[in-house]
Amino acid sequence: MPKSAMPKSGPASVEFSHVSMRYGPVTAVDDVSFTIHAGELVTLLGPSGCGKTTTLRMIAGLEIASEGQILIGGKDVTRLSAADRDVSMVFQSYALFPHMTVLENAAYGPTVKGLGKAQAEAMALEKLALVGLKGFEKRYPSELSGGQQQRVAVARALVLEPQVLLFDEPLSNLDAKLRRRVRQEIRELQQSLKLTVAYVTHDQEEALAVSDRIIVMSNAKIAQQGSPRELYEAPANSFVADFIGDANLVEVTIEAVHEGQAQVSLGPLRLTLPARGLPPGPAKAAIRPHGIMLGDGLAGTVRKSSYLGDHVEMIVATPIGELFVISRQTDEIPAEGAAIKLSFAQQNIALVR
Amino acid sequence: MRPSTRLALLLGWLGYMLVPWYLPEGFDLAGYPFGRAGTALALAISGAAPWLWPIGIVLLAATPLALRAESSRSGPALIAAGLFGLLAFFAQGFAVTLPGQGIPWLAALLGGAGAAQPGMGFGALLTLVSLLLLLCHGLAYRGLCRGDLFTTSTIGIVVMLIGLFILLPVATILRSALVDAAGGWALGEFADRLLSPTIWGLGCVGGGIACGVAWNTLVLGVLTGVLTTLLGLACALLVLRTAMPGKRLMRAMTVLPIITPPFVIGLALILLFGRSGVVTGLMSEWFGIPRSRWIYGLPGVLLAQVLAFAPIAFLVLMGVVQGIAPSLEEASQTLGARHWQTFRSVTWPLLRPGLANAFLLGFVESLADFGNPLVLGGNFEVLSTKIFFAVVGAAHNQGMAAVLSIVLLVFTLGAFWLQQRWLGSKSYTTVSGKGDAGIPAKLPTVVTVLSAMVIIPWVVLTAVIYAVILIGGFVKTMGRDHTPTLEHYRTGFAVDFSHGLFFEGAAWPSLFTTLKVAAISAPLTALIGLLTAYLLTRQRFVGRQLLEFATMLSFAIPGTVLGVAYILAFNVPPIEITGTGLILVLAFVFRNMPVGIRSGIAGLAQIDKSLDEASTTLRARSFTTLRRVVLPLLKPALVAALIYSFVRSITSVSAVIFLVSAEYNLSTAYIVGRVEAGEFGLAIAYSSVLIVVMAAGIALIQLSVGERKLGRRPVALATSAAEPAS
Repeated sequence: MPKSAMPKSGPASVEFSHVSMRYGPVTAVDDVSFTIHAGELVTLLGPSGCGKTTTLRMIAGLEIASEGQILIGGKDVTRLSAADRDVSMVFQSYALFPHMTVLENAAYGPTVKGLGKAQAEAMALEKLALVGLKGFEKRYPSELSGGQQQRVAVARALVLEPQVLLFDEPLSNLDAKLRRRVRQEIRELQQSLKLTVAYVTHDQEEALAVSDRIIVMSNAKIAQQGSPRELYEAPANSFVADFIGDANLVEVTIEAVHEGQAQVSLGPLRLTLPARGLPPGPAKAAIRPHGIMLGDGLAGTVRKSSYLGDHVEMIVATPIGELFVISRQTDEIPAEGAAIKLSFAQQNIALVR
Repeated sequence: MRPSTRLALLLGWLGYMLVPWYLPEGFDLAGYPFGRAGTALALAISGAAPWLWPIGIVLLAATPLALRAESSRSGPALIAAGLFGLLAFFAQGFAVTLPGQGIPWLAALLGGAGAAQPGMGFGALLTLVSLLLLLCHGLAYRGLCRGDLFTTSTIGIVVMLIGLFILLPVATILRSALVDAAGGWALGEFADRLLSPTIWGLGCVGGGIACGVAWNTLVLGVLTGVLTTLLGLACALLVLRTAMPGKRLMRAMTVLPIITPPFVIGLALILLFGRSGVVTGLMSEWFGIPRSRWIYGLPGVLLAQVLAFAPIAFLVLMGVVQGIAPSLEEASQTLGARHWQTFRSVTWPLLRPGLANAFLLGFVESLADFGNPLVLGGNFEVLSTKIFFAVVGAAHNQGMAAVLSIVLLVFTLGAFWLQQRWLGSKSYTTVSGKGDAGIPAKLPTVVTVLSAMVIIPWVVLTAVIYAVILIGGFVKTMGRDHTPTLEHYRTGFAVDFSHGLFFEGAAWPSLFTTLKVAAISAPLTALIGLLTAYLLTRQRFVGRQLLEFATMLSFAIPGTVLGVAYILAFNVPPIEITGTGLILVLAFVFRNMPVGIRSGIAGLAQIDKSLDEASTTLRARSFTTLRRVVLPLLKPALVAALIYSFVRSITSVSAVIFLVSAEYNLSTAYIVGRVEAGEFGLAIAYSSVLIVVMAAGIALIQLSVGERKLGRRPVALATSAAEPAS
């Protein structure tokens, strides 16, 4: 049934329970369950092809899930088409209608819903002002900069005050400096309007910067979900450890576990680390590059070093494998082939499966 | 139920109760609502047509359904009603036709044993559409196509149209080839005809009688394909890879085949090289070469086809040559290869798939060509002309025409299949999204000289031919008496102002009919073509690939085959429209539909799919999205489809030569008639009038498509770095 007058219920939660998406033999999303609470910004993060965009499009209703149930605001919308869901989306390409002005673009939603022209334009103007585009109403999308186009896309998505707002890699067409600013603007907007937002990106730094929670996806499944801090400091597995921030993955042996603390032998070194439920035996340790310092400890040979202004990146060959090291000591740079010694900051090492 | 479903049902009742069911004879409403102009309801109640009862019962059953509110059961119920209604509709339509035809046992079952009925009319049409819509709406209620009524309805209508006007005629051909006059299976006769020496005979190899038409057709097709490809390649290389003068002129030549009726080249060749042609006359005067009829037969047809179709190969190969990334050739050169080595080892292999494509295109065009073999063939018969004579000739033989059509259809579908499958996987796309700032390699001198040697005679001959076409109408008899005269134009296009405006010329009626039929069919072609393109590219549904295949089939059907199929299929009820203007409109619409689909697909490919999706997430349904977002952006494709189908309707001859009648004659059929009667002056005058009319049409395309470019706003602040603070 077409909804001519939908009651405005404000931001709502999104719930996926055991949702899968198959295209013939290909499984794009495999048995995924998660909840996005009302007023929360959750990022779907992962490498390309991991199923994050398909997941987002299933929230929008642009793809209809093959299996499982999708709830928005507690209501089952699994079979509902995009036009019947109270969800708006900001596209990667912005998808601004090139033959319409900024105002016509923003007023499109209320216009096709059958609201009068005056009311539609008033609603559009309000949201355009909100994103700081007052005075640009008469322009065409091609007459705007990339950042401005992006804001038009956001305003257009906001006009219907959707229960859920979706962003599909919204910053990928912007340059590095602008990206930082726009992502802050999106976060501020989300917090001030208390919007429910699902945000897709492959950039882990962007995800860490804007999210309340992050869902890391890999090979059509959820690898881990949690707050940015949880993901960074306590990665569930080596994939997450490597994907969120750089990490050296090193084979280690857990000698013994006592009161949640593991005795770990890392080559010739002996360390005490939080066991995180791992039993004694072989395991992996994720060592953050900036947690390795020049000092006393593990002997190694510098293979490569490059000077990057405020830090030095090195690849060091050691008995436990090649390590990627970021050093803040820029006054003296070890030459290639130099013998050095490395020590480890224990808070920057996490044991993973 | 949604209002549109109620509207669909209302349409059905309108067609069943109020509108005359059968096709009226000249809008004669005598006896309404009974008799010939009767409504289905009246005819069913009065017992004149009891087989119409089931349709009424379905409508009756659907009525309470439509009045009730929508529930989970309304989908399946509507599907059942629609399906049963369509079944009842087609069952009575095909069972009860002319006396002694149709399907007797089914007619008896429906209560119409031994009865007859005329062709379906507007009442039947409305009811059919209504039943189809009920079925499609039911499917949408079940959640098909995301529950979008518009999408399922459009799919239903397109499928029905393709089924009725492409698949049904083709199936009728197959059937009439396999069935004898009494209606029984005649497989032996079919095999005899299919394997007959008139089709497959190899007599000419031994130097005796003529070869079979199939071999003639294949030899002509292969020769035309090879020669047009070579000419097109030479031309494309010269235009794109050398500093040759006159490039714009060469590009303009690609427009010529679009606006030239297919037999006009043959006609001009007769005026030049025929027994009393201009060149023949000069040759015999100056060098004493005896006048002969060499132009009639394989050499003449081949020459005409090469001249007519080489520009198409040129157009294709220009795209291919442009598509070769210069950086590949530059890479070859930086690795130490000379011009000739680069051409042989890099450029040529990259060209090969494009060459095969151009060859197949020329081959298919030659196979489908009807006008030139008709005008120049003489004793050299090909399939398309043989089909024509089997239908209209003294030995009227429908079964033979059907068998010949099947052979021709198999040839063209085979070539088409090769083009799609084999080339589709082999072509090298060397144009990527990345900018390529390289300079194309210079052509080796040998290739340049060779190309120029081939091109110059071709260009000269083409120029002479078009000069003949334009001048020929203004002289008494081309080749014999070159006294300037307006006589031919007077015969054809005289206008008498003495008592009001009176179109006196003999050519006016056919020209007006042509323009009228083309003007009616062009918008329909564009509409159906673009809708089909939209469904094929933007919607996902069960059977999409089947629909794609059916539309591809319509790409490959030669006009002659379509023409024969149409008379066979639409000569008897339930669809009895032979001899009307309607059959011409339908033939044009479904013959030109590929043009509409092609330009629709090309246009849609340029519109990012995320625009549709953005519209959908802003709560717009498919129809709204189509109307507010897709159509405005598709305007250039729409205009192109409109004008190309208009122009193609005017030049088409093969499909319609069977379908014209005394009342509805078309320009091309009229001209062919003049040629057969030996009135070359009038024929050539009429042809040049057509060319001028169509050139104006093409100019209109260029203008309107160009306009969109001018209308695009300058990209003033495209770089994101230039964003002002706000």
